[in-house]
Amino acid sequence: MRFKDVFSIIGPAMTGPSSSHTAGAVRLARVARHWLGVQPDRARMTLYGSFADTYKGHGTDLALIAGLLNYDTDDYRIPDAEQCADQAGMEVEFAVSGLPAPHPNTVRFELWKDEDQRTLLGSSIGGGNIHVQQLNEFRVNLTGELPTLVLLHSDKPGTLGVVTSALGAADINIAYMHVDRKGRDGEALTAIETDSPASAELIAELRALPYMYEIRMINLKKGAESDAV
Amino acid sequence: MRFSHLHELGALCAEESTTIGRLMIKEQVQETNTPEEEIFRQMSDYYEVMKEAVHRGQTQDTVSRSGLTGGDGKRLAEYLRAGETCSGDASALAMAYALSVSEVNASMGRIVATPTAGSCGVIPGVFISAQERFGWDDEHMVRGLFAAGAIGYVIANNSFISGAEGGCQAEIGSAIGMAAGAMVELRGGTPEQAIHAVGLALKNTLGLICDPVAGLVEIPCIVRNGLGAVTALAAADMALAGVRSAIPSDEVIDVMLEVGSAMPSKHRETAKGGLAQTPTGKRLTESLTRNIPAKKDKS
Repeated sequence: MRFKDVFSIIGPAMTGPSSSHTAGAVRLARVARHWLGVQPDRARMTLYGSFADTYKGHGTDLALIAGLLNYDTDDYRIPDAEQCADQAGMEVEFAVSGLPAPHPNTVRFELWKDEDQRTLLGSSIGGGNIHVQQLNEFRVNLTGELPTLVLLHSDKPGTLGVVTSALGAADINIAYMHVDRKGRDGEALTAIETDSPASAELIAELRALPYMYEIRMINLKKGAESDAV
Repeated sequence: MRFSHLHELGALCAEESTTIGRLMIKEQVQETNTPEEEIFRQMSDYYEVMKEAVHRGQTQDTVSRSGLTGGDGKRLAEYLRAGETCSGDASALAMAYALSVSEVNASMGRIVATPTAGSCGVIPGVFISAQERFGWDDEHMVRGLFAAGAIGYVIANNSFISGAEGGCQAEIGSAIGMAAGAMVELRGGTPEQAIHAVGLALKNTLGLICDPVAGLVEIPCIVRNGLGAVTALAAADMALAGVRSAIPSDEVIDVMLEVGSAMPSKHRETAKGGLAQTPTGKRLTESLTRNIPAKKDKS
C-alpha cells in the first residue's frame, strides 16, 4: 500500500498552497536537516521538474528553508522563512536544473556545517508524502513516516546482526530496512525505519560498536529534533 | 488495514454492525499501535484547523501570493445573505466555505490537506456548513472525517489523489467522493449508501484534467473546490434517496486509474495544456513571471 494510514489522507495540517510543493518540500528539507544532524551553515538546493517551474509562486523555496530550520508543515513562520534564515545565520541558495529526475517534483540538497557536507535527493510525491532516494551517494527508499535510524559503518560481517539484536532487546520493531554500500568491505549505509524511536542511550550504545562511523536519527514527529551522535 | 477496497470496507462494517468512521478509528489504532484518544485528538486538531481556515477566509482578506485570486468566499457569502440563491442556501454556504478555505491555502495560510492542499476546500466546505445547519457536535464531525479518510485511503491506494499523477479527477474528484460518502454517514445513512455516494460522485468527475494557470493551485482549483462541495452534497442526497451507483464504486475507482494514466502529461499539472494554455492563461503566466522577482543568490 502506497498510503499507509488515515493521516496520510486527512492531513497534514500545513501552510498552503500546495501539499506537493509546500508541505512535501518542508518535510524533505527536515529530513535533510536531520541527516546533517544540525542546522546547516549553508544550503544549496537544486530543483527539478515542476519544482523548478513553479517554486516561486508556490513558495516552495520558503518551504524548503523552513524545513531546514526544522519547522513543521503548519508553522506560521513559513511565509517569513527567508528572514528567519537570515536571523539564524543560514545561507541558502537555489538553482534549477532541466535534467531528468526520478519524479516531477524533485530536489537535491547540498548542506554544509563546518567541514561536514551532506547531500540528499528526494521527491514530493503528493499529499505531503515524500520519497527520499539518496543520502550522499547511497541509495535509500525512505518515506519519513516512521522514526528512521541512519547508520554509516564499514561493510563488515555481523554488524547488522548486532544492530538488529540491540533494537530487538530494546523492544523496537523494525518496519523497513535499506542497506547500500560503496563496495565490498567499503563504506556502507543502513537506514532502519522503526515503529518507535530509539532512545539516546540505545543510539549511544550502537555508536560504540566497532566499524560504526556515525548515526543519525530522522524523526519528523512534530517538534522532534535531529540527534547528532 | 483489513480492507483495501470499498466493498471490503462495506462488508466489515456490516459484519461488525458499525459505521465507516468507527471502523476506521479501530483500524488506525491497530495499524499504528496508538491509543484511540490520541488518534481522535489528532483528527480533532485537524478539524479545528479547518474551522479556523473557514473563519479566516470569511473574515479576512485572502489575496494569494501571486495576486491572481482572493475574496470570492466572502463575495459568495454576502450574495447568499443578500437574497435568493440559484442553487439553494445549503449549497451556496458549502460553496462559500470551500472557496474560503482554498483561498486561505493560496495565501499561504494554514489548512489541512484533504486529501491534498489543492483540494483542501471541499471537505471543510461540506462539513462545516452542514454542522451549522444540522447542529451536530464536533465529535460527530470528527468521526465523519475518519469516514472520509477511509474512503480516501481506498481511492489513494487503488488509483491516485494527486493532480500531477491522475489529473484533477484524482484531486478534487477524490475530495468530492470522500465528502459525499462521509456526508451520507453524518446524516445517518448506511455504509452501503455511503459507498454508493462515492461512486456517484466520482463518476461525475472522471476525465477532469489538472490545468493550473502558471502551475499554481489557484485558477481553476479554487473554483473547482467550491463546485466540488456542491457535487458532494448532491451525490450524498442521491445516495440517501436510494440511488445506487450502477457501476460499483470500486470499479469507478479503477476507471479513474485508467483514465488518469491515459491522460497526456500536458493535462496533469504541468501547466502545458488546458486552461493554462488559453490566451489569457498564457498572459497571466507571463505577467507573473515578470512580476515575481528571482530570489537573490546569496552565496
